[in-house]
Amino acid sequence: MTLRDLIDRLLGRQQASGPTAKHRLQLVLAHDRSDLNPELLQRMRKEILEVVSKYVELDLEGGDVSLETEERTTALVANLPIRRVKDTALQTLASGES
Amino acid sequence: MLRPRPRRCNFPTPIPSAVPADVPVSVTASAPRTILICSGKGGVGKTTLTANLGIALASQGVRTAVLDADFGLRNLDLLLGLENRIVFTAQEVLAGSCRLEQAMVKHKQEPNLALLPAGNPRMLEWLKPEDMQKIVELIKPHFDVVLIDAPAGIEDGFKNAAAAASEAIVVTTPEVSAVRDADRVIGLLNVRNIEPIQLVLNRVRPKMMVNQEMLGVSDVTDILALPLLGLVLEDEQVIVSTNRGEPLTLNGGKSPAAVAYRNIARRLQGETIPLPDPTQLNRGLRAKVRQLLQTKIF
Ligand SMILES: Nc1ncnc2c1ncn2[C@@H]1O[C@H](COP(=O)(O)OP(=O)(O)O)[C@@H](O)[C@H]1O
Ligand SMILES: [Mg+2]
Repeated sequence: MTLRDLIDRLLGRQQASGPTAKHRLQLVLAHDRSDLNPELLQRMRKEILEVVSKYVELDLEGGDVSLETEERTTALVANLPIRRVKDTALQTLASGES
Repeated sequence: MLRPRPRRCNFPTPIPSAVPADVPVSVTASAPRTILICSGKGGVGKTTLTANLGIALASQGVRTAVLDADFGLRNLDLLLGLENRIVFTAQEVLAGSCRLEQAMVKHKQEPNLALLPAGNPRMLEWLKPEDMQKIVELIKPHFDVVLIDAPAGIEDGFKNAAAAASEAIVVTTPEVSAVRDADRVIGLLNVRNIEPIQLVLNRVRPKMMVNQEMLGVSDVTDILALPLLGLVLEDEQVIVSTNRGEPLTLNGGKSPAAVAYRNIARRLQGETIPLPDPTQLNRGLRAKVRQLLQTKIF
């Protein structure tokens, strides 16, 4: 936070638009570059959660699967907080099945 | 790297069609550079850059051809003040109804510069990438640099223009829509293996940048991941020079944009010229207060 942001906040003024522009661009470019439409991303997100949920119990509130972009490469970033590993997953491992 | 040549261009004297077999021809040493000037979004300053860079390079001794590849909305002739001297265009050259030398318009004050005007807008209906390649191949032997002024958009017009280029300059302004469109274009250039791709940031307003009411220079270069070739300030003189048909770089103009365009020409030839930080340009009391307001407190 800069001195100006602080003053703006104290006076109830809007934040400078430059950083907002940067943030919005980064998000929109991540999608532009990957050519993934939001619907496809949503479906992928759901399936990823399904697979991971087979093994661990997830904190679905705090999780997110999103696109990020840096240096012109786009990455699919999954941030999935784990509550605990499921017993069933450990059992399958122990019995040697895979 | 491109070396400035002090000698003047002899164009349009006829060129011998064949090189004697016993003369070794070094292709790499003199291979001309074909540079696409593009942006995606329209109205960001492609044609202005092409005209000013063309004049600047020519005055620095580089034999330069500028090719108007914006067949739909041609303007390069007007910016260079050459609109009344056009007899033939790229169209007649392609049709074989005139020689290239007859169509190229040499600039009177800067004889190292010549323009190949765009033909009739109806050319868009049949022009193919191979046609552009053919034109540029015809131009190349007589010049050190060919600048291709691309149309806006990413459709056929742009693809035709890109077909003949080996490197590119992407022009953008520090605005979200222009940067987004530039990103699209960079993607298309990458697919075509056009490199290097360098960035020119145009219409920068230092005051707004200091106030963070505009994308910063590093914001744009980080997002697009391109090296910065130049930075051109918003400058009223650009409009004045357009009115007259005399690019700012002609006659040793000293306005901020004129200096910026000349520096771009020098960097293009491999010179290292530091880029100014637009937020440090104004060192008055107001600027110091603004700077203070931007210091990070936590
Ligand atoms: N640095 C600048 N300062 C002020 N005006 C500019 C600057 N660069 C371009 N312009 C203006 O912006 C408009 C569009 O420029 P132009 O070069 O025709 O864009 P493009 O070829 O990308 O469509 C013109 O009116 C031009 O005078
Ligand atoms: Mg133009």
